[in-house]
This record gives sequence, structure tokens and C-alpha cells, in this order.
Amino acid sequence: MSVSPAVPTTHARQPNRGWYRRNEIALTPWLFLILPVAFFLTYVVVPIGQSFWISFHQWDGLGEATWVGMDNYNRLLGLGDQNIDRKFETSFWNNIRWLVLYLLAIPMGLFIALFLNQTVTGIRLYKSLFFFPFVISQVVVGLVFSWFYLPNVGLFEIITGFFGLEIRGGVLGNPDTATYGIIAAGLWPQTAYCMILYLTGLNAVDSEQVEAARLDGAKGWRMLWFVIIPQLKPATFIAFVVTIIGALRSFDLISIMTNGGPFGSTRVLSFYMFEESLSEFGFRMGYGAAIAVVLFFIMLGFIVYFLWSMWQDEKGAR
Amino acid sequence: MHSILKTSFVALIAAGVATSASAEAHSTLSGTLRISSDMSNPAPRAVMEGMAAEFDEMHPDLEVELTIVDREAWKTQIRNALGANPPDVVNWYAANRMGPYVDAGLFADVTDLWEEEQFEGLASTKGAMTIDDKQWGVPYTYYQWGVYYRADIYEELGLSEPETWEEELANCQTLLDNDIKCYTIGTKFLWTAGGWFDYLNSRTHGYDFHMALARGEVEWTDDRVRETFANWRELIDMGAFIDDHQNYSWQEALPFFQNGEAAAYLMGNFAVAAFREGGLTDEQLDFYQFPKINPDVDYAEDAPTDTFHIASGAENMDAAREFLRYVTSPEVQTRINGGDALGQLPVNANAEIGDDKFLEQGFEMLSSNAEGGIMQFFDRDFPAEMASVGMEGLQEFMVFPDNLDDILNRLEDARQRIYE
Repeated sequence: MSVSPAVPTTHARQPNRGWYRRNEIALTPWLFLILPVAFFLTYVVVPIGQSFWISFHQWDGLGEATWVGMDNYNRLLGLGDQNIDRKFETSFWNNIRWLVLYLLAIPMGLFIALFLNQTVTGIRLYKSLFFFPFVISQVVVGLVFSWFYLPNVGLFEIITGFFGLEIRGGVLGNPDTATYGIIAAGLWPQTAYCMILYLTGLNAVDSEQVEAARLDGAKGWRMLWFVIIPQLKPATFIAFVVTIIGALRSFDLISIMTNGGPFGSTRVLSFYMFEESLSEFGFRMGYGAAIAVVLFFIMLGFIVYFLWSMWQDEKGAR
Repeated sequence: MHSILKTSFVALIAAGVATSASAEAHSTLSGTLRISSDMSNPAPRAVMEGMAAEFDEMHPDLEVELTIVDREAWKTQIRNALGANPPDVVNWYAANRMGPYVDAGLFADVTDLWEEEQFEGLASTKGAMTIDDKQWGVPYTYYQWGVYYRADIYEELGLSEPETWEEELANCQTLLDNDIKCYTIGTKFLWTAGGWFDYLNSRTHGYDFHMALARGEVEWTDDRVRETFANWRELIDMGAFIDDHQNYSWQEALPFFQNGEAAAYLMGNFAVAAFREGGLTDEQLDFYQFPKINPDVDYAEDAPTDTFHIASGAENMDAAREFLRYVTSPEVQTRINGGDALGQLPVNANAEIGDDKFLEQGFEMLSSNAEGGIMQFFDRDFPAEMASVGMEGLQEFMVFPDNLDDILNRLEDARQRIYE
């Protein structure tokens, strides 16, 4: 028989905690995330999966979908013994043109921002005037530019006519110039957007560094390149992201200004996808989905790059 | 005496029939009739609202619920509308355009309606409503296409309405010598070029050939198709069409016609309203049938037909069928197609034509001078995908006629894929 010593227990009384209490720290973030994750799955991830699924079918959106395997891709990309879909080829190269030329908005926005970054009476008014094109709808921008480009009566034709230049069929009627005409229209609001990003960026430029650089004799281009621009890196990154995304989304301007024409020369992938699947003569859902998948992978390339560089940034900051 | 007796007798019977018919209708039609219509432009909208209100009044137990959708938007919305919980009656278009809905079983078969007596008057459009030997809806209006021209300019230059291709080319040359373009056209939205092809192809090789092409039975690279394009090219090389037409919609091409910079416009009759609004008087305007090209070929005419259909999922089938009877009856047809309403042609042969010189000429042309057949228009006769690829090619041809080989090869590739 053992006798328990008459000493009080030294263990703290185990508090009666529930399972949730015990795992609170690990669980709470997930609880907060449930709703957004559910929405993200329902409205983004699942539809992406469905698009992939549909792209292996032939489907008019009404009846039964027929499984066709890789047929849509073979036709689109010219795999196997098929020729590449010429509409796709045109759209793809137009997308590349958009991506490259749209980036002009970044330097243009930067220089307008530098120009406006001064204290003059009424500078706020000037700034807002420069920002104006970004505020009005893309549809309005498209309409204004298509009138600007109209043959015979449009202002552009009058100006080029003064210099003896003539574009056959008008800017938007000529398959060689139409895409560039639309990109120019798109650059107008996009430049304004980049300008605003840089204007806010310029506010954060460290004036002490600028002073120091001045003392060291830096000015003009060297000052801009070695002192100002490095400090604007975050703004440049955001401007780059929104411009790339803007270029890939270039749908409304095309739809308003040329409707993909003349003879399909201004199509881009997003417009072609819409035409095949949802337009008046469309409803080839499978083929449209295949275009969407290709566009998805192109976008994915950029998105992965953006995420990767943001992650690098955060790692550096830690 | 005899005749008075007879007429009153007939009147009595007619009244009796009418009352019994309406009494019968009263007793059977109840519930709600849901109509989705695309008649969204001001004049058609008034017509549709008037019809719905009248039909509602005729059947006290029946409530008519009308939804009017924007005409362009309806072209894509109809799919969703017909899917779940569909309306009873919907607007759509004849011929190939109704194919997808018929194939998917979304339109109700109304073949037995067409066997009724009243529908004998609709014989001319029966073909356009038929798929697989069954009828899938009823027409309510159609309109002719043709060449609208500036009579004042023609008179000034001493020109007359051309009947042959040679006269046509000669007229055109005279106009061009006077610095007037022969034709205005706006091809930005492509379909206007489809109208030109319909006429040139059917005038060169006839209705049957044109429809065979539409059904995918003829290769686009066929020499006969090339002949059609060669005829077209004659006009293009002369400079018959206004410049830079790929920049304009059909409305934006109107000013050339109004200002007398172009003398004629190949268009549907709906353009007349726009001509008049633009300030042209009936003395300045006239109409002629597209001239013969091949003298051995009968005239075929574009006359697109707009239609009503019953959704196969309709809840109030009886009311829907009664509405289709109502819409196609001679009285309603006369009324809704009159000059003060739609201003188009009634589909029922027993209806009267509105008092309008273009409607009268159009009706005359379609009923007695279109032995070849009635086409529904390029984008309704050809399957949707072929139509969109095709019209893009036609536009390119009108701007760069030298690209013809490339265009035809492309269309032929599309044909082989689409019709397989």
C-alpha cells in the first residue's frame, strides 16, 4: 500500500480547452479564407477547368457535345497534317504587336509625369486633363479615334494629306495599318494611366538623394537614369503589369473601331475567341474554348513572371 | 334582291363563324401567354405591342406577357431564352438560321398548323420555314431587295432602268463619266457584300446553283463561281462602288446616296425609311429589279423573312398556336405590314399591300417576276460559319480583287470542313 505524500500537486490544472481553441492559430486564417477560396474556385478555377474540357469537344452550346480529342488544337495550331488556322495566325501576331507597342505607354507616361511634376499655378488642372482619356470609356475613345481616322473627312487624313501621305482605304480600312491605328488609340488612355502611376511614384522620390546627386554634379539624363528611375522601380513594375494586361485585354477598341476587319486583319486572340464562341455567327464553343486555352497559357507565362518577381521582392525585403 | 339576300346570308354566316370561333377561343384560352420579341426598333415595337394588347383583349381569360429584347442582342440571347423556362412564342428568322434550334429540339413542330386552310395563303414562304419536311414556325413579314436609285440623276443623264448586264454597265460608265459613283455600299459589317454576291451569283447561274453552293454541294474554286466573281470584277475595275467602303456601315454609306455622289444602292426595302428621313422625296427615288446577267436564267430575289416560333418547352401551347394563327391572318397581316406600321410585305397572299410605290413594286416583283426562287439572304441561306468566313472573303474581294485565288481557296477549305 502506498501512501501518497501530503503535498499539493505541482501540475498546473490543465485548462479545459476545446479542439478549436487548441488549434486556433492554425485554423483562423483558413476560416477567413473559406469564402474567398470558395468564390475563387467557383468562378475562376472550375470555369478554367471547364474551358479545358470543352476545348476537347465539338459543341454548339445547345445540343450534346461530341468528344473530338485534340482536333480543335490540331486545326488551330496546325498540328499533324493540317495547316495552321490563318485567322489564329493573324490574331496571334496582332497580339504580339499589341504587347510590344503597348509598352510604349510606359516611357510616354513617364515623360508626361516628369513634365507635369512641377509646381505651377493650376498644375492640378493640367494633371487632370492629362488623366482625362483614362477616365472616359474605351468605347468613346474608339469612336473618337475612328472618326479621327475616317477617310476623306477625318482629321488624320487631312493632316497626312498635307504632307502628301495617302493611306489607301483610310487607316482603319487598310489591312496594313488598321492594327497600328487601333493600338495608337489604345495608347492614349494607357499613357494617362502610366502617367498617374509615375506621378504618385515621383512623390515618393527621396529629395535628399536628389540633393546629394546634385552636389555630385549629376543632372539631366544621368540624374534621371541613375537616380530617379531606380527609385521609381515599384511604379515601373505596376505600370508594366497593367500595360501587359491591358494589351492582352484589347477587345473593346477592336470591336468598336473595326469589328475585327478589314477582312479579319485586326483580330486578336480574345476577339477571335469571342467571334468563334459567342458572336452572331459563332457558337462553336469547342473551338472558342481551344483559343481561350491558348490565350490562357500566354497569359499564364506573364502571370508566373509577375508572381515570381513579386515573390523575389518580398524575399529581399524580409 | 337575289344578290342582297346572298350577301346578307354570307355576312350572317361569316358573323356566325366569327362568333363561334371567338367563343371557342374564349372558352379554351386561359393562363398566360409569354412572348419574347426582337421587334425593338420604334415602328416594329409599336406593332408588336399593339398585337399583344389586341390579342390580350380578344381573350379575356388570357394574359399576354410581352418582353421586347434589343434586336441585335436577341441574336445571341435567344439561346439562353430557349433553354430553361422558355417563353411560349419567340421571334426569329427563316431558313438556315433556325437550323440550330430545330436540330436541338427547341422549336416546336407546327406542321399541322400549316395544313389549316388559312395557311394556304402563306405558300410562298413555306419553303423557308421547312426543315426535314416539317414546318417550324410562321412568317409575319418580309421585304424585297433591289436597286434603289436616284431617279432625278438618272433622268438628268438620260438613263433608264437597266434590264440587262450590258445596259447596266453602260449606265454605270455614263455615271462615272459624270463623276458619280454607280453604287454606294458600306461593307464594314460585311453583310452588304453578301447581298451583292447573292444577286450576281443567282443572275449568272440561277437559283438552283446558288442554293447548291449554299448547301455546300459546289466547290468555291469551281469555274462557275469564278465567272460570278469575274462579273463582279467588271464593276469593281470600273470603279463603280464608292471608295473606302470597308470603313462604313450601311447607314454611314447613305450620305453618298443622299448627296448624289452615288446614284444607286442595292439594299433591302427597310432602307427606304432612311432615304426619306434623309430628305429624299418619292420623285427623286425609284426602284428597279437587279438586271439579268445570263438571259437564260430566271430571276431569283432576296426577300428575307422574319418569323414567329413556338418554343418546344412552351407552357401555353394552345394560346401560342392561336397567336400564330392570329399573326398570319389576312387582316392582321394587312394591318401590321401597312405603310404606317412595318412598311413591309405581308406574307399572306390574301392580305392587302400598303399604299406605297416601293411596296407595290416589290410585291409585284416577288409575286410575278421571281420564277427562279426566293433567297433568304447570304447570311441566312449559308450555314453560320460559312456565312461569316464567306462575307469576310467577299469584302476582301471588293477591296483587293487580285486576291481572288487566295480567297476562294480559303473559302473552299472552310467549305470542306464545315459541311463534312
